[in-house]
Amino acid sequence: MSQRIPVTELTPDFRGRAEEALADGQLRNNFRVAMDSLMTKRANAFPDADEREGLRELGNRLKAGALSRLPDLLEQLEQKLTENGIKVHWAETVEEANDLVHGIIEARKGSQVVKGKSMVSEEMEMNDYLAERGIECLESDMGEYIVQLDNEKPSHIIMPAIHKNARQVSKLFHDKLGEPETEDVNQLIQIGRRTLRRKFMDADVGVSGVNFAIAETGTLLLVENEGNGRMSTTAPPVHIAVTGIEKVVPNLRDVVPLVSLLTRSALGQPITTYVNLISGPRKPDELDGPEEVHLVLLDNGRTGAFADAQMRQTLNCIRCGACMNHCPVYTRVGGHTYGEVYPGPIGKIITPHMAGLDKVPDHPSASSLCGACGEVCPVKIPIPELLQRLRQENVKDPEQPQQVKGGGAKYSRMERWIWRGWQMLNTRPALYRSFLWAATRFRALAPKKAGPWTENHSAPVPARRSLHDLAAQHLDQKGGRPS
Amino acid sequence: MSDLFYDAAPNATRVAPEREPERYYPEKPEAVTLFGTCVVDLFFPEAGLDAIRLLEREGVRVHFPQEQSCCGQPAWTSGYRDEAKAVARAQLEILDRSGLPVVVPSGSCAGMFRHHYRALFADEPDTLKRVEALAERTFELTEFLLKVCKVQLSDRGAPSKIALHTSCSARREMNTHLHARELLQQLEGVERVDHDHESECCGFGGTFSVRMPEVSGAMVKDKTRSLMDSGAVEMVTADGGCLMNINGSLEKQKERFRGRHLASFLWERINGASEGEVA
Repeated sequence: MSQRIPVTELTPDFRGRAEEALADGQLRNNFRVAMDSLMTKRANAFPDADEREGLRELGNRLKAGALSRLPDLLEQLEQKLTENGIKVHWAETVEEANDLVHGIIEARKGSQVVKGKSMVSEEMEMNDYLAERGIECLESDMGEYIVQLDNEKPSHIIMPAIHKNARQVSKLFHDKLGEPETEDVNQLIQIGRRTLRRKFMDADVGVSGVNFAIAETGTLLLVENEGNGRMSTTAPPVHIAVTGIEKVVPNLRDVVPLVSLLTRSALGQPITTYVNLISGPRKPDELDGPEEVHLVLLDNGRTGAFADAQMRQTLNCIRCGACMNHCPVYTRVGGHTYGEVYPGPIGKIITPHMAGLDKVPDHPSASSLCGACGEVCPVKIPIPELLQRLRQENVKDPEQPQQVKGGGAKYSRMERWIWRGWQMLNTRPALYRSFLWAATRFRALAPKKAGPWTENHSAPVPARRSLHDLAAQHLDQKGGRPS
Repeated sequence: MSDLFYDAAPNATRVAPEREPERYYPEKPEAVTLFGTCVVDLFFPEAGLDAIRLLEREGVRVHFPQEQSCCGQPAWTSGYRDEAKAVARAQLEILDRSGLPVVVPSGSCAGMFRHHYRALFADEPDTLKRVEALAERTFELTEFLLKVCKVQLSDRGAPSKIALHTSCSARREMNTHLHARELLQQLEGVERVDHDHESECCGFGGTFSVRMPEVSGAMVKDKTRSLMDSGAVEMVTADGGCLMNINGSLEKQKERFRGRHLASFLWERINGASEGEVA
């Protein structure tokens, strides 16, 4: 059985969910196969390591450069978009963003919304918000459509239904839509298309995300492969784009390497099938396009990350998903285990500023710090370094002022004392050597159970003699004085 | 790639790609300090001793300061910065006393010296200078043997197939996998076989293995399975932490397959069998 997470309910227990996921052979197989394929695709998309590294370095500089003048760029963006006829709205919280979106829909007396893929709208839980107000918000990205149909959340930021295989999708379509069962992926896609095609025509409002918001020209850039993004942003009379404030870039020239990094890192594509450049509503002499275009710019904790020189690097993210594709933890537990909108390594470093570290206290620990994520990140976010930082924030004294929202959630006086003891042992040579002497001398008394370690391992038994001991004897025999 | 994408290449945008230069390796020194590491010290001391023997065979005098303990990594990766820093400072004092090059038979601990001490002491400019100097003269064992000693190994062992496991931090911070591969290539009778998902983490990650035993356990099970399926008769690694994790898991699973430290493996191959200095 695959995991099902009710759309709004989250439990804080990462380990519990991980255990369930690990026991689900089908789920693990689905992820392993999918992630292996994505890793191969990415590797093939960057055949020249020098070019890849140069491009990553450039991507990092472009994003860091844009962030270094974020307030100015946002102002310029607003001005240019307004000149182009796009209405700009600012939202500090997801509630404000939802309220804004709802207001726009209501003004048009809309009741049907069709949505292209947007992680920010997931962040807002827009579907639920609108549903509670009698507005149907239908996902038009195939993966999003599948998870919405099954009342799930996306398990991957690029491929929302990657946790399901064709057989599972077939069964879902059969149960929910009454379609005949088939494991032919093309047929499954056709089923989805037929349903969605009608919705594009009927929708009052189309919602989309944004990959890059270009300040110089006032352009919203959206990459996608299914054409649903173009449909959602052009067919309905109103288009509402929602995005985070970190998506702004200075100009179109900067976008070229960033898009190349994005599509190659995500799916190994030189470019996506569709690249939408949205620069305004329908003009008087034009035949199609929306009558109104809105952009909702969401903060939701991003300015908190921005204010922290180290954590600011999380805002470099261009949402390619390569970090999760390469993560040995994500590959084994899948996206739902994280219990948050953004799973995987990137989710672990951006969620604390959105939701508070105390909401996801296990996330920083759910990593062996293997470094695969940092190695593949197209904009060189030092993810392991930031995870390590969050571990520090996690164990800070909660009585003290916190640098990261919700810090100190994992503070334990006892654990702190254990590490103090460890420190004492490792800074006092005589004590350390006495410890070695005792541990090796009384090795037979080593405990047979050593907490969680012996769940997966035999009990560790110290050697008969320590290296300190052996080295001293060896060097003495050699006539060299052990220093 | 089509012409369209030439613009995406860094040259077109005139930003010179910043590439880490290949490390500069000094002439072989007369003497080095061996930093044993806490895991080798207590659980694989023979590997540490074999490292000393390998170095001495190259004519390098080995110092083993008895005051050394742990590099500080366990606390650092667990979020206990102050504690890690205190331990790091103690090692820095000891290693600075002779100022000799430091050889470490574990890639992740070498990586700690070379990369993470900088972060620990970023707020102390004077200490940072010493830390930079330590980083410059720290070498992982296989790297030191290969690049500094320019070791030539002649194999005296029977033909064997082995798998090589490299710790992630060592792979990414020290390039240990490349150095170890080159060393193994010198051994005529040894065939190194690839194993499935070779570059994937074994699941150790220090305290990760006890904080997230479910996930860590799944990772090490997959790793041991791929090692055993590789056709190798044993695994070698230059990292104590991974070795403890992988062997502990194999023993728990009651498998006969085992891993051992690369230093011990090399010493045995070039001598035919292990010298019996240890009780």
